[in-house]
Amino acid sequence: MFRSVLEGPTAQADMTVLVNGAETPAWDGETVAGVLLRVPGAGRTSAVTGEPRLPYCQMGVCFDCLAIVDGVASTQGCLVPVKPGMRIESQQGAREIGR
Amino acid sequence: MDADVIIIGAGVVGAALAYGVAKTGRTVVVLDGGDRDLRAARANFGLVWVQGKGSDAPAYSLLTRQSSDLWPEFRNELANRSPLALDYSRPGGLAFCLSETEYENRAAINERTHNQGAEADTAMVDRAELERMLPALTLGPDVVGASYCKLDGHVNPLQLLASLHHAIPSMGGKIMFRNPVEKIVPVAGGFNVIAAQGTLQAPRVIVAAGLATPTLTEPLGLSVPLRSERGQILVTERLAPILPFPGSGLRQSADGTIMIGATNENVADIGVTVSSATQLALRAMRIVPALGSARLVRQWAGMRVLPLDKTPIYAESLDYPGLFAAACHSGVTLAAAHAAMIAPAMASGHLPDQFAPFSNGRFNVQKCA
Amino acid sequence: MIHDVVVIGAGPAGMSAAVQLRKLGASVLVVDEQPAPGGQIWRGIERNASGPIAVALGPDYQKGRALTAAFRASGAEYSPSTQVWQIEDEWTLFLTSEGKARRVRARAVLLSNGAQERPVPFPGWTLPGVMTVGAAQILLKSGGMLPQGNVWIAGAGPLPLLYATQVLGLKGQISGFLDTSRGLNLAALAKLPAAWRDLPSLAKGLKWQRELRRNGRMIRGVSDLRAEGNGRLQQLEWTAGGVRRKAKADVLLVHEGVVPRIHETLALGCDHDWNPAQKYFAARSNRWGETSRPGLFVAGDASGIGGWTAATVSGEIAALGLAGHLGIKVDTEALRRENQLDGRRSRALALRPFLDALYTPPTTSIADDVVVCRCEEVTAGTIRKVARTSTSDPNAIKAATRCGMGPCQGRQCGYTVQAILAEVHNLPVGDVSFFNIRPPLKPITLGEIASLGELEDAE
Ligand SMILES: Cc1cc2nc3c(=O)[nH]c(=O)nc-3n(C[C@H](O)[C@H](O)[C@H](O)COP(=O)(O)OP(=O)(O)OC[C@H]3O[C@@H](n4cnc5c(N)ncnc54)[C@H](O)[C@@H]3O)c2cc1C
Ligand code: FES
Repeated sequence: MFRSVLEGPTAQADMTVLVNGAETPAWDGETVAGVLLRVPGAGRTSAVTGEPRLPYCQMGVCFDCLAIVDGVASTQGCLVPVKPGMRIESQQGAREIGR
Repeated sequence: MDADVIIIGAGVVGAALAYGVAKTGRTVVVLDGGDRDLRAARANFGLVWVQGKGSDAPAYSLLTRQSSDLWPEFRNELANRSPLALDYSRPGGLAFCLSETEYENRAAINERTHNQGAEADTAMVDRAELERMLPALTLGPDVVGASYCKLDGHVNPLQLLASLHHAIPSMGGKIMFRNPVEKIVPVAGGFNVIAAQGTLQAPRVIVAAGLATPTLTEPLGLSVPLRSERGQILVTERLAPILPFPGSGLRQSADGTIMIGATNENVADIGVTVSSATQLALRAMRIVPALGSARLVRQWAGMRVLPLDKTPIYAESLDYPGLFAAACHSGVTLAAAHAAMIAPAMASGHLPDQFAPFSNGRFNVQKCA
Repeated sequence: MIHDVVVIGAGPAGMSAAVQLRKLGASVLVVDEQPAPGGQIWRGIERNASGPIAVALGPDYQKGRALTAAFRASGAEYSPSTQVWQIEDEWTLFLTSEGKARRVRARAVLLSNGAQERPVPFPGWTLPGVMTVGAAQILLKSGGMLPQGNVWIAGAGPLPLLYATQVLGLKGQISGFLDTSRGLNLAALAKLPAAWRDLPSLAKGLKWQRELRRNGRMIRGVSDLRAEGNGRLQQLEWTAGGVRRKAKADVLLVHEGVVPRIHETLALGCDHDWNPAQKYFAARSNRWGETSRPGLFVAGDASGIGGWTAATVSGEIAALGLAGHLGIKVDTEALRRENQLDGRRSRALALRPFLDALYTPPTTSIADDVVVCRCEEVTAGTIRKVARTSTSDPNAIKAATRCGMGPCQGRQCGYTVQAILAEVHNLPVGDVSFFNIRPPLKPITLGEIASLGELEDAE
């Protein structure tokens, strides 16, 4: 649904991140929410009815970008810049807390 | 006359009484205060709680058990009278003990209540048993055990209030919000209730205005000795189910949110503090360490409506028959009893002897003694 | 250590205030939840210095470079990627960065946390593929992201026009622009004379529109927008000129103006005023930007929408006000005159009445089946049902329906609940209040809060 203008046959990605375990190219300056929008099926499902959702506002006020980032659940993806090797996982419904 | 009964206060006490009065077929008008009034009914924890209640007041302990038993039917009837959701369950409840001392103290309270003649409905469970009861979580190392009472339950208190507010008009009653009462004036055959939106008249008036109750009843010589106590509560984001039993101070709502509370603070303002949030979070994480990763979504404070001896006050004016007052902590737990027992009695004009232990006269006796 | 001032928000207002405060000798800590300075308008400014994105973002964007550099050089302490989650009296601020909570103290606080886009629910607005124009522009500024496939823009205001131009400049695709504004109306024209004071902006707006008409489809007078699809946006429907139309869509970007961020000032119990033209609340402040709570100041869009130029000036004004509050020995009135702050501000705001009249917030009633609260998934119908038997107090709705109780804490549904209550109770919208705002201002983990206890023990 979104693509970086920096992306292209000649342009190299700045880094690789893991989205639900799959290696995914990413660019400096991009946020986790940006990655969720580029990778099909990476978004969350809502906590009440389980509807699919994707980031909506990119400015920290809608919470539709919630994801599990490096193990931290309910992280607002639009406020977190990507880092090499970052683990991004989709957050499904009401989250589980570890044991 | 504008109604058979006027009730002042549409908190959970006033609303449950109004619901009970409406059920008797009488006409009822409820007058409530301004948007910014103190409202314990909107700030409370939502436990329908038996264990530990009235451990040194047998009548209160009995009333609590009666209310707890009336709750399932109360809930179903109310849910049928309102289109709103009303999450209630009664799986029994836990009071967690985080040290040997806490465990022994808890056992002693149970013993005392039991000795008063209450049924043996509460038992101590040790850590191993507790682990079997809570398979989805890992208990913190400090947890020694808990006391488990099979009568305990919980309800969404906001849904309870909203359902009552919905049901009362549907049963022919009337609620007037934003209509604070200034004064009650006795007149021939009843009372004039002078309120912001005008004066209403009825043969019976029940004052259930929470902490504001004494300001309305005392000018008429009906004393209702109350104090306030601040309680702060934390609530988390929705989580997948982990806590199948409500606990004192820790429960998971039907929505999945975890509620943590409440503090007991002797302060006048209604603000919240980070230091209290810290204390509450620390205790919750001592019980369930994994809660450390749960996100806090809201923190609020409420003012407990506390009779000086913590036992409910159901008072009747001797000078002005037909004037009543109802004030208590645990208005959620007692809602079913208020609707089924207290409301019909007050509406009929006289509190029977079984409620004598709750009269305001007990405070005078104490003073004389 | 006590900071003289903690500034919340490193956008145009916060950065210019910080620069001024440093010149006046105050110690300043600037916190921002973003990873880099610039605020929403200058997102990624330090990164997008050259290349195709920089060119496409245009000259106004590039103007941020000087102020950002001045801010970096000012000596203000800067804490990026930091959220303020609670502010206690006189003044203790609770912050969290990278999962660690901490506490800082300040003699005064400046809220320059800007604006958010006005949430306007319509059928299908929660579908993946639907997002705000501001969001899409942020994606462009951070990572150079362009929307793909059938891209539609719907709404009104200068931002959608600017964004569309930027996308076209980067050879991006826009299938159509659904203009929901009422077009040039009399009220707007009446404000035009004053607007001439800001000729360049006016000319810019007209240029954007021309470009759009040349390159794409500009559809005017749009209403009753509906997004549809199975699990994601696939199709749009709207009415224009009395005709219902449909189109395939992959991305829909919406925008109906911006509103100040008020959660902080509401939580702190500041007085607020209702702006009837733009239908928002803003903290009431005096001519120095001080709110009804002494020592708490607001500047920039957080104090009322004025755009970035006005924001920089109001930041400078607030800096002088703060200096006065701190007892710094300067003649603030003289500095205000010398720097022509009032003149500069009124020039910067000259176009505002015209824009406000041209782009009035939508007033259409929201259908019962539309989700109003994105977090708790509460529909307009549920809210109406409760509203009919409750007072016009939004907190009664919140208590009965959980609308506004999710993680966004009412940021997406507050004004909608207000509008529905006004409709049901037949009141002017401004007579209905906003939700009570409870801490924390951002959801933080219990572990972070608990860690403050250990901090206390260590102290
Ligand atoms: C932190 C906390 C946790 C709690 N947890 C529990 C729990 O888990 N289980 C439980 O059973 N109980 C609990 N409680 C107690 C319970 O909430 C209260 O017992 C109950 O809400 C009291 O109800 P009320 O109607 O008397 O008072 P309130 O709910 O305070 O209502 C008073 C009403 O009177 C109105 N009023 C005031 N003055 C006037 C006037 N002059 N004219 C007209 N109207 C007026 C007000 O507007 C208000 O609506 C808790 C309380 C607190 C504070
Ligand atoms: S996209 Fe809205 S909060 Fe992140």
